Amino acid sequence: MEDINVVIAGSAGEGVQTIGDILAEVVSAQGYAVFSWKEYESRIRGGQNSYSIRIGENPKNAPLTGADVLLCLNKGAVKKYKPLIKEGGILVAQEAEEEEMIAVPLTDIAKEEIGDKVYANTVALGVLIAVLGMELDRLKKVLENRFSAKGDQVIQDNQAAAEKGFQRADQDCKDRCPWTLPKRDETFYLVSGNEAIPLAAAFSGCRFMAAYPMTPSTGIITFLTKEQERLGVFTEQAEDEIAAINMVIGASYAGVRAMTATSGGGFALMVEGISLAGMTETPIVLVLAQRPGPATGLPTRTAQGDLLFAVNAGHGEFPKLVLAPSDAKDAFHKTIRAFNLSDKYQIPVIILTDQLLADAHFSIKDFDLDKAHPETHLADPSGIEKYGRYQEAQGGISARLHPGQSHHLVCVDSDEHDQKGHITEDLAQTAKGMAEKRMAKYQGLRKEVSPPEETGLDEAGTVLIGWGSSRGAILEATDLFKGEGKDVGMIHFTELWPLPDYTFPPNKDYWTVESNLSGQLARLLRSEYDLKIKGTLSRYDGLPLTAEYIRRTFNG
Amino acid sequence: MAEVKDYQSDAEIQWCPGCPNFGILQAFKKAFVELQSPPHELCLISGIGQAAKLPHYLKCNLFNGLHGRAIPVALGVHVANPTLTTIVVTGDGDCYGEGGNHFIHALRRNPDITVVVHNNEIYALTKGQASPTTPYGEKRTLQVHGVDITPLNMPAIAILHGCGFVARGFAGEGDHLKNILVRAVKHRGLSYVDVIQPCITWGTHPVSWYKERVYKLADDYDETDQRGALDTALITGEKIPIGILYEGPSQTIFGRRFREEVTEEALTTLGSPDTENIRQILSKFRPAKD
Repeated sequence: MEDINVVIAGSAGEGVQTIGDILAEVVSAQGYAVFSWKEYESRIRGGQNSYSIRIGENPKNAPLTGADVLLCLNKGAVKKYKPLIKEGGILVAQEAEEEEMIAVPLTDIAKEEIGDKVYANTVALGVLIAVLGMELDRLKKVLENRFSAKGDQVIQDNQAAAEKGFQRADQDCKDRCPWTLPKRDETFYLVSGNEAIPLAAAFSGCRFMAAYPMTPSTGIITFLTKEQERLGVFTEQAEDEIAAINMVIGASYAGVRAMTATSGGGFALMVEGISLAGMTETPIVLVLAQRPGPATGLPTRTAQGDLLFAVNAGHGEFPKLVLAPSDAKDAFHKTIRAFNLSDKYQIPVIILTDQLLADAHFSIKDFDLDKAHPETHLADPSGIEKYGRYQEAQGGISARLHPGQSHHLVCVDSDEHDQKGHITEDLAQTAKGMAEKRMAKYQGLRKEVSPPEETGLDEAGTVLIGWGSSRGAILEATDLFKGEGKDVGMIHFTELWPLPDYTFPPNKDYWTVESNLSGQLARLLRSEYDLKIKGTLSRYDGLPLTAEYIRRTFNG
Repeated sequence: MAEVKDYQSDAEIQWCPGCPNFGILQAFKKAFVELQSPPHELCLISGIGQAAKLPHYLKCNLFNGLHGRAIPVALGVHVANPTLTTIVVTGDGDCYGEGGNHFIHALRRNPDITVVVHNNEIYALTKGQASPTTPYGEKRTLQVHGVDITPLNMPAIAILHGCGFVARGFAGEGDHLKNILVRAVKHRGLSYVDVIQPCITWGTHPVSWYKERVYKLADDYDETDQRGALDTALITGEKIPIGILYEGPSQTIFGRRFREEVTEEALTTLGSPDTENIRQILSKFRPAKD
């Protein structure tokens, strides 16, 4: 089958999210791979938002351009989103305006036939099930599970509402809706980046998280707080991002794995703390969920505009690691890797995500938990006779103890310090040596960094280079180009600083594909690999890259 | 039995000779002797400034962090390992200026830590600019026409917000300060001690000026009277009361719910959760089949 893209549009507070979540669950339970993402305005009520659900047999975890099915909950949504409808696509709305529409008065049916307009969303779900050619039972079961805590009457009313919508649309659909979604014997996890990351953090032994709420990062601390009883992670809403990162550094110094998460503006406030973690050699993990800037920018939209900011974050020179996962599964494994490497090298690690990766739900066959291993690197105090936190050591990695662990005192300082951790002004020996010791960690770290993923390079004359969450869209774009008779390959980075030892194949036309205006990856690759890059396919309107967008931009 | 010399550090002291900070350092050592605190169970957290160097001159675990940020670091340390005696050593610029927001929120959280503020009414390490506690009208190296904004009275603010232990000490009254520090460490919940520490290099007045003005609270002073304490904290200028201004019942201590409902163990002892827990949570993300 060809993938189907269903878009649900309406005002904030109208039920777009509820309809989308339930439909995604129903289709996923039917055995299909779902990729869902939302774009919304920074407001709690009103405006126009959309929730897109891509349905296919195999996971293609990337957003699509255009809608096969568009459900609009109000007239404004019709006006704004109608251009999305593809040829042969269907518009479902409350009132008939044009021939090609399926008109179902959702609110009237809910009010008059069920008795409360609150059921309009469930009527809409029934309609969508008919449009997609599914049997109603699956939806009824999901509704039963969802509303089980609210009692039998609520379940019955919801099921009746779904049935009304289904019956009403079923006749209209017969000739016009070509889709069917019969039951399949497949199962997928349906997980967002903001769910995969905190779960992996807990799995890695993270026991402390402090953060200040900032879209689109807030889901991470919310998840850990809701699952606190099972995961045992202490969470704290800090008074500001500066407090958050300093709390995290304190907890880590005391011997506990700790993390924070924020977005651009909050990250800016944390930068001094990143430098502190570098200087004191305190492991911390920080998630930077990007949104368009500068300043407040577009709070609820997506971007990849903070790559160079993350790579260069912090005054002075110290080693750090920057990872940029490509999807929710990669985010899970990269988070574990972030904690392991942060601990091993005693450095700050930044995980770069964005609103798309944070909020979108990805279909994942298996998380490969058996391949994920949290490793800890705290030293054993019993073998140490005289201790200094910054004693000379192989590769610059001194034995790390935590205070109270033994009679050894753990002294750390943001001032330049001696091997015991006390302030020093001894320049020639101590200060110079400490700077070298810290930076020596890059030698080991660079060897750990994974090379980029390569796809179709042998035949390709043109290669698209991407990073982070755009992997799915770029991969799909190479297929579109193939359909046009063009051999286009992909090189995709998910570990961005330090960059790995890597040789780009010669005689190719290289383009970067990025959700930013200035081509930040291109700048990084030019400076680090001296790579000749023809240009950047940019998107910077706050919406995610799609294969179709990449194709159109490339073809000019 | 621990003695004063057991808290002696071999780090070189960078304060000006004769600085009243030496009196505060000695009071700390004597307090630790009285508390019989093993150095490895002490964790002193500081920011930046002359006061923030004090932990280096003691034998203890220490984290000398960023300007203004000692309190959040201490919160992280305390939550991770509540068995440590966590003490913030800070100054008026560090704690009331750069870190004022953290201090205010520490009053709300009420963590079981002690905050000791060396209050010299000046930025000494950056050569004599006004601090948040510099009296109105006094000239400083940057405020050449005199300070034209009003000073903060943090002890009064702390009492107003229900801080369970608020004291004012004087660097020139070592044993008196030592007694305050002992009780501050013993108090459950946030203990806050503002210590008058005249700056002999940049300050307006010599140590003797303060000696003439400080007076110890009378034996019959009621430490448990919050309103009386507020009145006492508002006495400044020609007469400066020193002692424990207020000690009251503690509100809920920071992290209590977590310790009661999730785990009482120090987070440092917990390690990774069972993989089975992770699998269970993950399974919720796989829509139920028939």
